[in-house]
Amino acid sequence: MIRFDNVSKTYPKQTRPALRDVSLEVQRGEFVFLVGSSGSGKSTFLRLLLREERASHGQVHVLGKDLARLSNWKVPHMRRQLGTVFQDFRLLPNKTVGENVAFALEVIGKPRGTIRKTVPEVLDLVGLGGKQDRMPGELSGGEQQRVAIARAFVNRPMLLIADEPTGNLDPQTSVGIMKLLDRINRTGTTVVMATHDQQIVDQMRKRVIELEKGRLVRDQSRGVYGYQH
Amino acid sequence: MRAQFVLSEIGVGLRRNLTMTFAVIVSVALSLALFGGSLLMRDQVSTMKGYWYDKVNVAIFFCNKGDAETDPKCTKGAVTAQQKDTIKADLDKMSVVDNVIHESSDEAYKHYKEQFGDSPLVNSLTPDQMQESYRIKLKDPEKYQVIASAFSDRDGVQSVQDQRKTVDNLFELLNGMNYAALAVMALMLVVALMLIVNTVRVSAFSRRRETGIMRLVGASSFYIQMPFIMEAAFAGLLGAGVACLMLLVGRYFLIDHGLALADKLQLIQFVGWDQVLAKLPLVLAIGLLMPAMAAFFALRKYLKV
Repeated sequence: MIRFDNVSKTYPKQTRPALRDVSLEVQRGEFVFLVGSSGSGKSTFLRLLLREERASHGQVHVLGKDLARLSNWKVPHMRRQLGTVFQDFRLLPNKTVGENVAFALEVIGKPRGTIRKTVPEVLDLVGLGGKQDRMPGELSGGEQQRVAIARAFVNRPMLLIADEPTGNLDPQTSVGIMKLLDRINRTGTTVVMATHDQQIVDQMRKRVIELEKGRLVRDQSRGVYGYQH
Repeated sequence: MRAQFVLSEIGVGLRRNLTMTFAVIVSVALSLALFGGSLLMRDQVSTMKGYWYDKVNVAIFFCNKGDAETDPKCTKGAVTAQQKDTIKADLDKMSVVDNVIHESSDEAYKHYKEQFGDSPLVNSLTPDQMQESYRIKLKDPEKYQVIASAFSDRDGVQSVQDQRKTVDNLFELLNGMNYAALAVMALMLVVALMLIVNTVRVSAFSRRRETGIMRLVGASSFYIQMPFIMEAAFAGLLGAGVACLMLLVGRYFLIDHGLALADKLQLIQFVGWDQVLAKLPLVLAIGLLMPAMAAFFALRKYLKV
């Protein structure tokens, strides 16, 4: 599903690399936490997965494709097989919940019939059945994040990338979001989630990858947030 | 549905930058009106050239009585009938000559009076002072030199004049004005394109949320850029439409009505409606394509995909 071979990334005009010689592999259907302090390289890691950035050295394979060799015009097609969720939800405030989810399908040219059928389905799945016509501003943070997850999942991606999806939510709401992500994971979708939330990582006991100053310092199955000395 | 989606995006985008859109429309309209105007000016010059070159000839002026004292070429006195006849015979033998018209000094006086009727100079002139001449129409107007070298040294000939030179000065003036108009047009077009680039940048910035999401869910760059390009093309097309209108109205008021140059300058044949209409598709095409291309290149910079 994901393979990094000695990947380094140095941004232009910067001397210190954001990622240094990272090698790892994530199998289909895995649930992976990506932890590390701010500036440890988590965001760079996710940006490489999305092919928003290219690696300076080494190879990044996502969904069996070498991203360095993927030509620019093929990138959108690759991204259609990925779902992305962010800390700040990134919903369109002037569109309803249903329209926000439908937007993801409209802009990739899905037929209207498919959209009308899938949008309510996926809203039901994330627990927002019947809230299709509400505006994002009327919803709580947790509900907004569910809309964002629905939008990321509506195209049935192989890989869901979540960048601190619970960063803006209280612990109780976060648990709900994690349950949802777990459920999505169980449908066979690989989930990579960057987080600072110690409680969640400790509770879920999933694979944990820790980055520190751009280096991979820990890769532990059924791990916890911090080192246990 | 896709078309509807794109159309509504264009409407939203244009309304959001109403002032900027207006500036784009005005600058595109002005530059394209200048462009069309200068194309028409070129047509005008060439129709006038055709018209005047038809009428204007090489002229062989003969010495008259008065010239004998004043002009060194006429020291042998006024031209004789025999000299005129040999010249006429020689002209008739030349293959480059189409036809020869004789203008007597009386006729020359009459034409002069027609042209400068109001001038006080006319009263001081007598028919005797006017020069007799042959007006020669050439098959090829460029062959003036042949006539000049053959006849300018003949006895009784005062001078051989290529009258095209006189009108050429006028055409050079018109051409100069035309180049000036083209330079202004180029400047306006640069202004218009820079405005478009800026509009697109503002537009892309104000919609970065949408485009960001589109990028993430895998919309093709064509689909993301389309609304912006269409926006620019639409504004450009409106500007081009205004430019077309300006050309039509300009032709109407300058030539037919208002200034009514056609009535005042009946000697000149003006560009026709057909020539004006023939320019409009080009103006519209440029108005559509240039802004679209400017938007496309602006997006490569401001809308990373």
